[in-house]
Amino acid sequence: MNAVTILFYFFVTLAAAAAGGILFSKNVFKSALLLLVALLSVAALYVLSFAEFLAVTQILIYAGGILVIIIFGIMLTTKISGRPLVVENRHIFSGALAGVGLFVVLTRYLPLLPKYGENGLSPTNIDVIGFTIFSLYALPFEIAGILLLVALIGAAVVTAHLKSKV
Amino acid sequence: MLPFNVLLYLAAFLFCAGLAVVIIKRNAIMVLLGIELMLNASNINLVAFNQLHPAGLQGHIFALFVIIVAVCEAAVGLAIVLRVYRYYQSSIPDEIAELKG
Repeated sequence: MNAVTILFYFFVTLAAAAAGGILFSKNVFKSALLLLVALLSVAALYVLSFAEFLAVTQILIYAGGILVIIIFGIMLTTKISGRPLVVENRHIFSGALAGVGLFVVLTRYLPLLPKYGENGLSPTNIDVIGFTIFSLYALPFEIAGILLLVALIGAAVVTAHLKSKV
Repeated sequence: MLPFNVLLYLAAFLFCAGLAVVIIKRNAIMVLLGIELMLNASNINLVAFNQLHPAGLQGHIFALFVIIVAVCEAAVGLAIVLRVYRYYQSSIPDEIAELKG
């Protein structure tokens, strides 16, 4: 058991613990910070599985972008009313049933897969990703750009001219 | 060499935790958090299966597109949550049962 293996299992445990913490926490803000822990440990797992470009993207976009937007949303939807950040639970039985049932079904067939993958990845594959995106996946890349533009304009239009009903 | 089926178990756990968060929590932002957790679980699966078929790095590229779509979903979702909150003074999805704007 070398240091890399210990790090791997450490980050796996950290991500799983953070996800469990989101499930059992009653505070929205704490849940957002736990999501940050989960996202960063998943980025570390990407690094350990030779997906370093994806790890950087995960840190930049998820931890730097989406989480900031979510915290913005929490601040904007709780400050106005002065209500506390506590979230109540509902449908606990059906939620637990769906989660546990799906987990059992998913892990039922995992032992059929091989335990180790092929070691075909070189440690630096950013150039391969760049060439592939701009040659083979050029059309999806452009469509993703258009989707981002549409989402940006749509979000701006939806939040513009906010009027209160009451 | 690191075992890749541990990643698959982790992804299954993260997906199920996200699903349970979406169902259980009574807050629209918590629902968005759960969706992000589920999208991350699918990304872990893509990276893990890319180790099984490393040619062409298709798993990594698909995961990149998943991240792009997740960004769009988070932005539009939070815009809708903010709009609904200003209108109804509530961010609880169960209380918003009125279709007429």
